[in-house]
Amino acid sequence: MSTPVTTASPSAPAETGGPGKSAPRLRGPRRHSVGKPKRSVLLTVMTSLLVIYTVVPLIWLAINATKTQTGLSDSSGLWFAHDFALWDNIRDTFTYDDGVFTRWLLNTLLYVVLGAGGATLLAVLGGYALAKFDFPGKRGIFAMVIGAVAVPGTALAVPTFLMFSKMGLTDTPWAVIIPSLVSPFGLYLMWVFATEAIPTELLEAARIDGAGEARTFFTVSLPLLAPGIVTVLLFTTVATWNNYFLPLIMLKDSDWYPLTLGLSVWNSQAETIGGEVIYNLVITGSLLTIVPLIAAFLLLQKYWQSGLAAGSVKE
Amino acid sequence: MRRTTGRLLRGLALLSTLALGATACGGSDDDSGQKAVSAGDIQAALKKGGTVNVWAWEPTLKSVAADFEKKYPKVKINLVSERSGDKHYTALSNAISAEKGVPDVAQVEYFALGQYALTKGLTDLAPFGADKLASKYSPGPWNAVSEDKAVYGLPMDAGPMALFYNKKIFDKYKVAVPTTWDEYVEAARKLHKADPKVFIAADAGDAGLTTSLLWQAGSRPYKVDGTNVEINFADANAKKYTDTWQKLIDEKLLAPINGWTDDWYKGLGDGTLATLPSGAWMPANFVTGVPQAKGDWRAAPMPAWTKGDKASTENGGSSLTLPALGKNKELAYAFVKYANAEEGVQTRVKQGAFPATTADLQSSEFQNTKFDYFGGQQANKVFAQSAANVADDWSYLPFQQYANSIFNDTVGKAYISGTKLADGLKAWQDASVKYGKEQGFTVK
Repeated sequence: MSTPVTTASPSAPAETGGPGKSAPRLRGPRRHSVGKPKRSVLLTVMTSLLVIYTVVPLIWLAINATKTQTGLSDSSGLWFAHDFALWDNIRDTFTYDDGVFTRWLLNTLLYVVLGAGGATLLAVLGGYALAKFDFPGKRGIFAMVIGAVAVPGTALAVPTFLMFSKMGLTDTPWAVIIPSLVSPFGLYLMWVFATEAIPTELLEAARIDGAGEARTFFTVSLPLLAPGIVTVLLFTTVATWNNYFLPLIMLKDSDWYPLTLGLSVWNSQAETIGGEVIYNLVITGSLLTIVPLIAAFLLLQKYWQSGLAAGSVKE
Repeated sequence: MRRTTGRLLRGLALLSTLALGATACGGSDDDSGQKAVSAGDIQAALKKGGTVNVWAWEPTLKSVAADFEKKYPKVKINLVSERSGDKHYTALSNAISAEKGVPDVAQVEYFALGQYALTKGLTDLAPFGADKLASKYSPGPWNAVSEDKAVYGLPMDAGPMALFYNKKIFDKYKVAVPTTWDEYVEAARKLHKADPKVFIAADAGDAGLTTSLLWQAGSRPYKVDGTNVEINFADANAKKYTDTWQKLIDEKLLAPINGWTDDWYKGLGDGTLATLPSGAWMPANFVTGVPQAKGDWRAAPMPAWTKGDKASTENGGSSLTLPALGKNKELAYAFVKYANAEEGVQTRVKQGAFPATTADLQSSEFQNTKFDYFGGQQANKVFAQSAANVADDWSYLPFQQYANSIFNDTVGKAYISGTKLADGLKAWQDASVKYGKEQGFTVK
């Protein structure tokens, strides 16, 4: 593990001597590309464009969250207005309409904890079973999971609505939580990860030592799966946090709305006769909505990165 | 009036409309609602109490519901306010077709009423005594909620149109406020020439505005008699509208901004848009959406199609209805009547709603209200006059919601690609006829 790290370090003085002189021909270009990457103008430009594309909306959001409704209309989008109203906006966001924003925030958390948490749990159990146990019909399940990954959740929303409506589950939190529990991609990821991360010999050793399947799973396998679990958890959390379409058609009572839907309702007030126009609160609310996601990414970054890299280097 | 839907929602609305059509064929088990309900029955129900589920976005209903609960302590009004029309109709149609979770009271805009009424989605309120309330309302809204002897809802608000104009801009360039549509085109040219940034109005193709203007011009493109529907945009009065609007489009005098977007609010605030032909409910949106232009705007009567003609028109406006599958009909009716014909009207007017009841429209208190936003103008006088001048023989299609959703694919092309407006209307007509036939209407 330690060798690649030093090679990647740009300050290694030995390599500045002259690549290609004494080193064998094959090694030259490889060391060149890893240790001292060749600067590509095209790549730099493209990366910069991508950075601008992704960062500008965030900057816009942060800047405009400081403006009042008046300031929003008569100032440039990418610079501050005369009035700095960020704190007022945050306070108003939380107090507007009897503090419904807080309710939506708690709803979102509920959906994330139960939906994304449940989806991760199911993906881990299923992925582990598929990776480490042999049973008839495994190939069929593989085909089904791969097929399910290809179907976007949006396409299933309307049929799900009709089904849930028959069961009387629409307009309840369950209508959002239950479909969120199914994450084919998470299952597939866990499956692949478990195959790589848990040596079958280890399981055999545990079984020989007399551990039951449950014990093997919890004490031997689960720690090995941790990076994968965090990765799947992040995926499902983001998906549930940002879910808009499913709650849109499932929920009627705005008391059960998640933040995404709540904010769009606030936004659409501007399109309503006699509705109060509160673009400033919509923007501030959007900023507040992405903060927890950013925090989750920063906190879990370590695990998430090691999860992504798992299996990429031969040990 | 709200912005037309995104494609996704449009598809959903279509889906639910189809589902709605399907249930209409199957279910007609609401005979109990058709028996006469006496005032005594309603009083008894109010004493007994219960819960009324209301789906409505009208903001002032909140305090009306609170007052009602105070007056009748045993009744609970459960107001679900989703504040957005498109999702509202999708949800309502879904609930009706699923026969589950249908509200006891639903807000339905006039243009969408026919659709629900025809598919037996709504309770006829005449047996409750609603037919005796006709004289309370101005003719436009009453005509919208009633058909033959049936009454499908009580009018909540009205949208008699007025021409809102930015006085500051007109004064600055010394242009007279237009009183006819020809003068309007002339004013559009002058203003745009004086400052290329100024447009007479924003219009990127809006079904509600187009039908309202046709209404004012005297065109009656839709003739509806039960399931017999006639659609014809080719009369002489419709030509008045297409000729005038074609000039505005050809000379690029209309700002290509969609209504109800942030750009639109911005344009109304920074002087880009000099006028806005809109319903009398617009002041509330001006106050919160365009705060920076306070004092700049005024309301004037709609320009006339021929000089001296007083005909006006409606835009938007909605009613409270009792869906057929709702429960607690007596209580629901009592609430609707309270909100739209009794004390509730006053409460709502005080909070800035525009009434459909003639007594309130003509009261001196209402007419003398000074609008700070319009520099102290008594704008209600303009609106009330407009309401009185609305012709009451207009009808919308029983599938207007669908027709409006395809407006941009047909007439909307005239705004972007050089298709003539009249041809666009013809395409709209053809597409509407085709859809109507598919839905089982007899369409000519």
